Amino acid sequence: RHGKIRLKKWFHFFSDKEKASLTTDLTTLILSRKRAMCNVLEHGEHKAFKLRINFFLNHARYASLYFAAGIDCEENELYVLEVIHRYVQLLDEFFGNVCELDIIYNFDKAYYVLDELVLAGELQEPGKKSVITHKRI
Amino acid sequence: MPYYRLKDLIKAIRACKTAADERAVIQKESAAIRTSFKEENNDARHSNVAKLLYIHMLGYPAHFGQIECLKLVASNRFADKRLGYLGIMLLLDENQEVLTLVTNSLKNDMNHSNMYIVGLALCTLGNISSPEMARDLCAEVEKLLGSSNTYIRKKAALCAMRIIRKVPDLQENFLNRAKNNLNDRNHGVLLTAITLIIEMCYKNPETVQTFRKTVPLLVRHLKTLVSAGFSQEHDVTGVTDPFLQVKILRLLRILGKGDAEASEAMNDILAQVATNTESSKNVGNSILYETVQTIMEIQSESGLRVLAINILGKFLTNRDNNIRYVALTTLNKTVSIDTNAVQRHRNIILDCLRDGDISIRRRALELSFALINESNVRVLTRELLAFLEVADNEFKQGMTTKICLAADRFAPNKRWHIDTVLRVLKLAGNFVREEILSNFIRLVSQTTELNAYTAQKLYASLKSDISQESLTLAGVWVIGEYGDILIKGGNFEEEELVKEVTESDVIDLLESILAGPYANQVTREYVLTALMKLTSRFTSISSIQRIQAYIEKYNTSIEVEVQQRAVEYSNLFKFESIRPAVLERMPIPEVKEEVVRQTEDTGSLLDDIGPVTATTATPQNAKNDIMNLFSSGSLLDDIDPATATTAAPLNAKNDIMNLFSPGPTTPTTAPVAPTQNAQQTNALDSLGLLGLGGAGIPSQSSTTSTSTSTSTSTSTDQYVAYNKNGFKVSLNPSKDPNNSNILNIEVTFHNVGVGVTVQNLLFQAAVPKTQKLQMQPPSSTSILPGATAQQTIRVANPQKSNVRLRLRIVYSTPTGAKVDEIAEFNGFPQEIW
Repeated sequence: RHGKIRLKKWFHFFSDKEKASLTTDLTTLILSRKRAMCNVLEHGEHKAFKLRINFFLNHARYASLYFAAGIDCEENELYVLEVIHRYVQLLDEFFGNVCELDIIYNFDKAYYVLDELVLAGELQEPGKKSVITHKRI
Repeated sequence: MPYYRLKDLIKAIRACKTAADERAVIQKESAAIRTSFKEENNDARHSNVAKLLYIHMLGYPAHFGQIECLKLVASNRFADKRLGYLGIMLLLDENQEVLTLVTNSLKNDMNHSNMYIVGLALCTLGNISSPEMARDLCAEVEKLLGSSNTYIRKKAALCAMRIIRKVPDLQENFLNRAKNNLNDRNHGVLLTAITLIIEMCYKNPETVQTFRKTVPLLVRHLKTLVSAGFSQEHDVTGVTDPFLQVKILRLLRILGKGDAEASEAMNDILAQVATNTESSKNVGNSILYETVQTIMEIQSESGLRVLAINILGKFLTNRDNNIRYVALTTLNKTVSIDTNAVQRHRNIILDCLRDGDISIRRRALELSFALINESNVRVLTRELLAFLEVADNEFKQGMTTKICLAADRFAPNKRWHIDTVLRVLKLAGNFVREEILSNFIRLVSQTTELNAYTAQKLYASLKSDISQESLTLAGVWVIGEYGDILIKGGNFEEEELVKEVTESDVIDLLESILAGPYANQVTREYVLTALMKLTSRFTSISSIQRIQAYIEKYNTSIEVEVQQRAVEYSNLFKFESIRPAVLERMPIPEVKEEVVRQTEDTGSLLDDIGPVTATTATPQNAKNDIMNLFSSGSLLDDIDPATATTAAPLNAKNDIMNLFSPGPTTPTTAPVAPTQNAQQTNALDSLGLLGLGGAGIPSQSSTTSTSTSTSTSTSTDQYVAYNKNGFKVSLNPSKDPNNSNILNIEVTFHNVGVGVTVQNLLFQAAVPKTQKLQMQPPSSTSILPGATAQQTIRVANPQKSNVRLRLRIVYSTPTGAKVDEIAEFNGFPQEIW
């Protein structure tokens, strides 16, 4: 059961093959990280675009779940870590003490929460309450 | 049996023990779903699509559900719409044509009265729109950006951002609305508006001008956030709305870059944020990180910069790996601007080299190389060598190159230099680039006083380890060249005891290399040549016979190159008279040009890697032009294109005019593997290239063009070659002290009576067939009235024939006159050449 993807969202266009290869690369990289290591992983160039995008994968570990975000080299890594943290908090509030099973069985709701938080790859709402109120509808 | 509810399906899949089981379940379910779709079962559609999406997430094909998602979107129920849009976002992407079918639904939904439905549409458009859809729906999004509803406005802003990303031309439509949103009080709207503006500025630098006026407003917002009291809604462990703060700082960075006035307005708030933000948690650190980046990129005052570097220093000592990583990254960016400040943290950076985390090690490595300068080169190199020992293979090649470059550039003395390169070869010989190896060989040849030392050291290392290829090649070459010195031994160093090395020891070693498991074709070629050279360095007959017998064994080698060498060498034994002459020592390659360090170019070592010219900052100086450390002087590596692409001249490339019909033009195909036959002509080939030269193309040819040292001209005779229209060209010849076949001519251009500035000066020369010419760029191509300019040319004259020059002088004047003249000069007296 190791390395199963519970939720994934792409904000940039990649071909199916690219998506598959990135996903497997990501899984291997993350599973090989040790406890105390840095949360930022470098993945190398991605030649899908004319710009070079180094995928710095931020991941945060919550219990047995890893949350990873792929960003380019210009992005503030610590900021993204905060965004990830905010997402987990929201999930927690939405489901009430969220655990992995919640996300498995209610993956669509997990997506809806994500859609309220992040649009087109950018944060849309810094407040905590608004996201939840809107989602509860 | 198909499972009707999503939950049941998931349970069933999780209950599967093997992958095959799982596949079976999913296949059955997919089939059921497909049938259900065909039957147009409206009620079950929602549940079916949900199940399909789950199957898709596990990695199985689900494209047959795309149309169903469209149908869901067309329904009136909110839950259906929501699921339908989710399905579209997961199953479709911008390159699929099916996506265009969604456009109409999106348009309708964007005009819906229910704000959540509008939100759904905006979300979908924002996440996966294609350029065509972006164009079609741009107007709708524009309208929504001005809506009175904050929920809609913030989504519309990000949607607009996506549109701009896909179709940059549509930017103007959103400018005004974006600006208005900056005045909003709702944090979400503010945040998204700023994100939109940031994207606009990235895509179109002109917009930056428009938004510079908003700097005071942004500063005010930031101030409110920093000094605000506790706000329940936006607080994150003690910091008020860090997300918004970071975004504002990023926008300020873009607006302040390159603009003194805007930067001035931000100074205070930046200082305030930097000092007041608490740095114990990640939140505070993310804000500080953004602040530091902003300070470094705008035109901040020095006090602020010092503050920023201090923050980075504090980051470096933080226990949290992320923070250290981030600090190293930023320091990398700033080291070229402000090296001294970073030097202070050198020790910490070196410690990071030993960190357990590979990302941190990588960053620290890059940074260390950027920090090397004369004063710390010893210390840093020692650390880097220690790191090389334990480094991962991915680092090794880059490291060897950079270490050797640094050694080249900053070596305090030759012995240290040789020692360092030797150490590198020993530690990572298999990852050393060829240019480094040839540079090393040249260095060894030039340092005649240390030849014995080097030979000894290489011999010793080879005895212990023949697995590193580059080390073997270097060692074999040196032993071949200086075998006699090696044998002689003798005490030359303080403590070092010189081991007694006999001729047969050396031959044993070479034979063992040949027979060993690490020898490849190149190694064999080197060893054969070295053995051959030793026959003229060694004196005992038995050794020579032994070598001869050994070489003859390879007369039948399958490798053609090896066989050729063996046969030729064996034959050479028949020509006793000329054999010693043929095998004489290689001539010392020319001393490399002084590496000119410019004051403005803080010379990141990383710049020197690769065929970088680095001449753009070089002052046009006839004496020291070629800075490329990979030069051009490799005697061994003739055709590697990396070395060939050396400094492209600053001057516009001048056509090489064929004045006479000079002899060989660019000798293009040098032998594939370095031939060690020390033919005398080789040395001269390397100095003179073409029969002619335009200004400043000394390294055009793919063979070696060692940048020549300018020998001091001893004679002061001036010969006038050309004197017309107030422009005089005089020649000052002198014999090269290193090589009597070479004539250095200092050409001086005098603007005595032209009356105006001489511009675009072009001087070309040609020599007779038996000679070769090499030209260096002139000191300047424009000469003021009464001033002079110089240019050095060298003529290789092995046959000691009359040095005749045909000259072409081209220049123009501001008055529009163009001069293009040809002249001949034949007036050198015989003693000169």
